[in-house]
Amino acid sequence: MNFLSRYRILLPVVSLTVLLAATFYMQPRAMSYFGVNLLFNLAVPIALATIGQMMIIMVNDIDLSVGAFVSLVACITATLLNDNPMLGVLVLAALVLSYAALGALIHALDLPAIVVTLGMSFIWGGLALFILPSPGGVSPDWLRSLMTVKPPLIPMAVAASILIAGVTHVLVIRSGIGTVLRGVGGNARSVGRAGWKVIRLKALAYGMAGLFNVFAGIALVGLTTSADANIALRYTLLTIAGVILGGGEFVGGKVSPVGAVIGALTLTLAASFLSFMRLSSDWQIGAQGAVLILVLTARLLFTRRARAS
Amino acid sequence: MSISKLLLSAATVIVAASGASAESHLADTSDKQIALSNNYAGNSWRQAMLTSWEEVTGGAVADGIVAAADANTTSENQATEQAAQIQNMILQGYDAIVINAASPTALNGAIKEACSAGVTVVSFDGIVTEPCAWRIAVDFNAMGQKQVEYLSERLPDGGNLLEIRGLAGVFVDDEISAGIHEGVEKFPQFEVVGSVHGDWAQDVAQKAVAGILPSLPEIVGVVTQGGDGYGAAQAFKAAGRDTPLIVLGNRQDEMLWWKEQNEANGYETMSVSIAPGVSTLAFWVAQQILAGEEVPKDLTVPFLTVTQDTLEESLAATPVGSVANANYTLEDAQRVISEAKGAK
Repeated sequence: MNFLSRYRILLPVVSLTVLLAATFYMQPRAMSYFGVNLLFNLAVPIALATIGQMMIIMVNDIDLSVGAFVSLVACITATLLNDNPMLGVLVLAALVLSYAALGALIHALDLPAIVVTLGMSFIWGGLALFILPSPGGVSPDWLRSLMTVKPPLIPMAVAASILIAGVTHVLVIRSGIGTVLRGVGGNARSVGRAGWKVIRLKALAYGMAGLFNVFAGIALVGLTTSADANIALRYTLLTIAGVILGGGEFVGGKVSPVGAVIGALTLTLAASFLSFMRLSSDWQIGAQGAVLILVLTARLLFTRRARAS
Repeated sequence: MSISKLLLSAATVIVAASGASAESHLADTSDKQIALSNNYAGNSWRQAMLTSWEEVTGGAVADGIVAAADANTTSENQATEQAAQIQNMILQGYDAIVINAASPTALNGAIKEACSAGVTVVSFDGIVTEPCAWRIAVDFNAMGQKQVEYLSERLPDGGNLLEIRGLAGVFVDDEISAGIHEGVEKFPQFEVVGSVHGDWAQDVAQKAVAGILPSLPEIVGVVTQGGDGYGAAQAFKAAGRDTPLIVLGNRQDEMLWWKEQNEANGYETMSVSIAPGVSTLAFWVAQQILAGEEVPKDLTVPFLTVTQDTLEESLAATPVGSVANANYTLEDAQRVISEAKGAK
């Protein structure tokens, strides 16, 4: 088991390293402070949203509303948060709470999360269009300077990724409550028998997911400088792929925050790598899928071998 | 430097010099690379746009005017993906990026990165709001006005007009319609007596026109938005009414119908729309900026007008189910630039 948990993180690290080496080989110009930042800065919001998705997968659910929700947050950030910061913060807080409430509701009524979140994605999408009917809005100045900050030695994108991975690792793997939350994914009934209120734990997991998704939307606007009601729709599938690529599993509370961040970086890099290869766009989606299948196959092989030994 | 390279560069200098003899203050762009960032390729207009790009830039690269002009389309029509694509292009070392954008605003961050890295950014059709980029926009309002102007030449006595609009709630529809109504104000002998939404589609337009026709007095002209003229003509025919002067929108089926009518009874009209080849105009504008030409940030796309004289030629060049196209030349781009300078 010890070996298993060790290479669970090893594989994402190896995939990212190989891909990064190949990218630098293809495009040596990327091998610089400026280049690395350009390669990875759009991965920062994806990494945050992937952590959000991971919180939900951790309790054996899946969130199909991430894309629409992050788009909504982006719209709020580019309008309310900029024009009226107090109101903006309140609305974003309300969104986090509504995520928590959703988690409680899904548990209390024993609803399938996949259906509820799919339904919610239309509500989030509608709200986003209501707030920002046509593309526009402005990123708050502090946010723009935060996302374009140039720290010494390591670029913002790398520093942010390390920070996100570090904080969530402590939160989910090291802390007591994180262990209990993963327990909900492993065996909710026994966690309940041990005296925990599972409904509260689920609400907590969903609430944290909402919080990270809010961070993702805010970070995205900091990079794009303005919003669009459809800006992050791709995130839904990207985040699920990121969690799985990072060594997470759909059931059993087996997740890795560090892996999830690496998964998000790998997916972003895979797209850049394919465009550096001058691969026709008709093939790019297929090639992205092939990269995913390759990594998952490798993982399956390792798992089988570990079980056999 | 080898002999062959020396000869090659000498040849490019000659080509560049002969191409821009009148513009001797312009720098040589033979070592510059231009990339096209396109967000969508899923309809005939976009396909024609990409084909035009390949034809014109292929020639420009062969002539040594620029070193490369690669077209890139994102695999999904998403702003975040296009932003990443633009950032990759910065890393690839392109000197200019020509963009048809997925969103007017969501790419601004990436475009700002490009500008600060010294990359020239020219947006067209789907334009961007970032101030450091150039914009080649379509003046849809003028397209509406132009139609009424044409009608006033052909029908000096005026009369009743039927307006076919596009898809409700879309910015383009509002703009063209506003232009038409401004035109009617300018030529008060005309009156718009009916207005329907044709959704830029022949079948929808035909149904909508057939529905409103019985309640209308005699119609002398139909003002349209493109993609709806043929449907309108069919509706008039089915109702047994005289075919009015229908302004068309450069679609192949519309032009074919026009030709048949002309052969049968001398019918004449005009057709106006935007050519997908506007991508090549953006290419030349980018080339001119790289060459050091002073170019105003906001340019306007010229319309592609088909008249009776050019009908045969346009129809022959337009594939079935497609829309009339035109590739722009360096001279066209220079004319657009000087017009924009004059307007300032």
